[in-house]
Amino acid sequence: MAQTVNKDAGLPEPALRTRTSPPPFPTRRLTTMTELLKGSATLPWLASAALLGAAPGAIAQDDTIKVGVLHSLSGTMAISETTLKDTMLMLIEQQNEKGGLLGKQLEAVVVDPASDWPLFAEKARELIEQEGVAATFGAWTSVSRKSVLPVIEELNSPLFYPVQYEGEESSKNVYYTGAAPNQQAIPAVDYLRDEIGVERWVLAGTDYVYPRTTNRILEAYLKANGVAEEDIMINYTPFGHSDWQSIVSEIQGFGSEGKKTAVVSTVNGDANVPFYKELANQGISAEDIPVVAFSVGEEELSGFDTEPLVGHLAAWNYFMSVDAEANEDFIDAWIEFIGDEDRVTNDPMEAHYIGFNMWVKAVEKAGTTDADAVADAIIGVAVPNLSGGFSAMMPNHHITKPVLIGEIQDDGQFEIVWETSGLVAGDAWSDFLDSSKDLMADWQAPLSCGNYNVKTGECSGQNL
Amino acid sequence: MRARWFTVGLLAWLWTGVALAQQGGVTTGDAVLDPIFTAFVQGRGAERQAALDELAASGHPDVRQLLEGILGSDLMLHEDSGTIVRVVKQGRRYDTTRLDGSEAFGTVGRRDVDRLSLNNRLRAHLRTLIAGLGLSSEDAGERLAAVNALVDEPDGIGREQLDTLLTSETDERVRRALSSVRARQLIGSDDPDERREGIDALAADLSPDSRRAIARIANADDDEYAAQTRELASVAMARQRALVQRYEIMETIFFGLSLGSVLVLAAIGLAITFGVMGVINMAHGELIMLGAYTAWAMQQLLPQSVTTALLLSIPVAFVVTALVGIAIERSVIRFLYGRPLETLLATFGISLILQQLVRTVVSPRNVPVANPPFMQGTWEVNAVLSLTLNRLWILGFCLVVFALLLILLKRSRFGLEVRAVSQNRQMARAMGVRSARIDSLTFGLGAGVAGIAGVALSQLTNVGPNLGQAYIVDSFMVVVFGGVGNLWGTLIGGMTLGVANKLMEPWAGAILAKILVLTFLILFIQRRPRGLFPQRGRAAAS
Repeated sequence: MAQTVNKDAGLPEPALRTRTSPPPFPTRRLTTMTELLKGSATLPWLASAALLGAAPGAIAQDDTIKVGVLHSLSGTMAISETTLKDTMLMLIEQQNEKGGLLGKQLEAVVVDPASDWPLFAEKARELIEQEGVAATFGAWTSVSRKSVLPVIEELNSPLFYPVQYEGEESSKNVYYTGAAPNQQAIPAVDYLRDEIGVERWVLAGTDYVYPRTTNRILEAYLKANGVAEEDIMINYTPFGHSDWQSIVSEIQGFGSEGKKTAVVSTVNGDANVPFYKELANQGISAEDIPVVAFSVGEEELSGFDTEPLVGHLAAWNYFMSVDAEANEDFIDAWIEFIGDEDRVTNDPMEAHYIGFNMWVKAVEKAGTTDADAVADAIIGVAVPNLSGGFSAMMPNHHITKPVLIGEIQDDGQFEIVWETSGLVAGDAWSDFLDSSKDLMADWQAPLSCGNYNVKTGECSGQNL
Repeated sequence: MRARWFTVGLLAWLWTGVALAQQGGVTTGDAVLDPIFTAFVQGRGAERQAALDELAASGHPDVRQLLEGILGSDLMLHEDSGTIVRVVKQGRRYDTTRLDGSEAFGTVGRRDVDRLSLNNRLRAHLRTLIAGLGLSSEDAGERLAAVNALVDEPDGIGREQLDTLLTSETDERVRRALSSVRARQLIGSDDPDERREGIDALAADLSPDSRRAIARIANADDDEYAAQTRELASVAMARQRALVQRYEIMETIFFGLSLGSVLVLAAIGLAITFGVMGVINMAHGELIMLGAYTAWAMQQLLPQSVTTALLLSIPVAFVVTALVGIAIERSVIRFLYGRPLETLLATFGISLILQQLVRTVVSPRNVPVANPPFMQGTWEVNAVLSLTLNRLWILGFCLVVFALLLILLKRSRFGLEVRAVSQNRQMARAMGVRSARIDSLTFGLGAGVAGIAGVALSQLTNVGPNLGQAYIVDSFMVVVFGGVGNLWGTLIGGMTLGVANKLMEPWAGAILAKILVLTFLILFIQRRPRGLFPQRGRAAAS
């Protein structure tokens, strides 16, 4: 291995010296913990610590209602999540200006789980147990949500999760304000098939639970709709993958068989940039092989030159370019709050807007921030969304949302090319997978179950 | 009687006025264009496509510019007045002029103008229309683009017009494209001789459409094509298939070499520091990252010329990262010689510091680095084999850097001293070589080369604080495989690993290919622990 470089080779080894006399400098011995505890001076210190520790909730509830914000402010996900922390701060400030909630002011407690999934669980515990938050708004990746799940179920505290995800979950303590696959992936595939006439499909994703599960659902859906096995190509890449040459070449080969081909992309994070660049470099335009992405929004586009991406598609439930008065007001308020005209709004921000307003309304309806009371009150609550309509909280803890397909423009905005005529209710358990087609979630009495099997009439009792 | 006519007239006038007011048409300043643009802006779906067709057929002198303006988002609708204006972006605002060039509304904000919305279908249609106009253009490139647009719809042009164009065409590429369109037309003809002519012409063309057309004939039924024609087509098909396979292998090897060139660039600095000094530098990835950020910084300083910024950033990145490297060596590594584990830990700590420094000073998000124009696009060798220009340039750049380093190490005084110190430090010191100074400079050289690699990488991948993390493992892999301290080993090792990875990727997938390469490497190291080209010499034996 490494060469040993001994610069003093040749000189005698210095003899080990042992200390026999006290050192020539003054020393100070630090008080040990035992001595502290034994000392009488520490008793009042201990007593006050005990008092403070015993009643964190009491102190908190006297003055303010605390709201937890659990988003990564550093690490790989900081790019996407920091803007959600700022959105929550803006929403809380707006609510306080309206007089707060139940007569008390709201206080935001922001923690940074640093894109570290186990740290998400620790920070969630800190928010609920130590800070005594009444509700938490946070998480982005599915793995961060799965880490937080056991903590919030154990401590019975609600989490509002604003990001599109893969479904196959309905927890008593989570309110899913992001899209389930039937509110994003399935309508996008329908659009490609019906409006664009796509016959061959490339399902490209990053290698983790969300793309894997979504692609399983999409594959089952496509096959159920008569697409042959050889017309589907599935491909996974690691996070941050930058060498797309062979994959794009394969896609090009796959797409030149005479049938219209499209790519359904669940590629996450900054791997999207070299992917789209390689598509442009190899001369594949959006008109030849369109790519519809589920994880590329205004925030991800605002960092780079979108010229190679023009014409490619994305499926969301909200775009910044939606023409609605509620949206104009929201964007104006956001730009004023953040003090930067170039900042953008995106779908997860709208999800937080909806989720926060639903929580406020439910708390006012229930008259308390107690988790169970809020859980009962929130089902059926409808609040305005930013596309000019309303979103309602369903018994399965998902909400109703419109589905929009947008084309990327050269300024990083989306041009809406298609939308559902009405709202789509989120379906937690996909009807296209054998493992979940018989399951449904209903948190209202008498079922009160996250995964109830309609065939066997049993509730499995698990929330995952 | 008169009163009745008067009322009718008044009502008619009122009704027209109301109708016009309700319509709120779009104005362009040209009576011919007004209804066309109104239909385009206010219509839906097929109406908009029809409006474009009408514009193309209108015979207006500016048709081509108008179509290109719509496609390129240079034409927008001024909301308040309903006028179509030409816009030039000035920062975040737009300078407006009317279509005839006269003054419009001055400089307006983003919310005052509306883009003329397009979708993929309209865009494709616009391109076809523009291409159709381009057939009679003066510029050969435009004519070529126009003909290429026809290749998919060979019947879009009449036979006589095609023959006329062929005889009058002077440019070689355009002639070939026109012949290809003619061949396609011939295949669809009823005359078997013409079909044979078409098949022969098409067989030489390896594009997917031609191959499919030939395959369709070869597999067709008896009554559709004569046996002779089908046999000709089968022969042509087999020949095409063999050629396509050969080109596809060449393409895979090119991908492998380009991946290998990236690995070599990243690893070569490490080979020098690791090989010469035995220092495990975990901060090597961050030095690459600093080089990439230098490229970004140069582009911020020289926003008007991307090419100059990029070329200047090569020496600047070298100097910047070399200085950082020397600083690291002087402050930390010098005290840890002979203690590889401590060096590993210390340099790992430095890598974290550098990452967080960049996150705090610049931004935790990625920064955009633009590609210069000469690195965009592809070189289409033929219909099957096209090599992306950016990868070709990076491959060439890697070989140039390698050659320069080789010359530096083999032919210069500095290189001689570096080799002497790495082979036998005591002897070199006895000969008067200042080994401490050589150490610093070598580390600086290794770091500088990492900086240059960062500039190259900024053209291929995202530039963010985590860039280094993606390449550190690969760099060590190449150095260990190729043999420590040996430049040729790094080159051959890197290229081999790149090609192996790309050969496996089509059937194993990106992730499994990486796993297999690493497994192969582990097994290889068991057999040859010193790598492909181990260092020789007694001192190196330890």
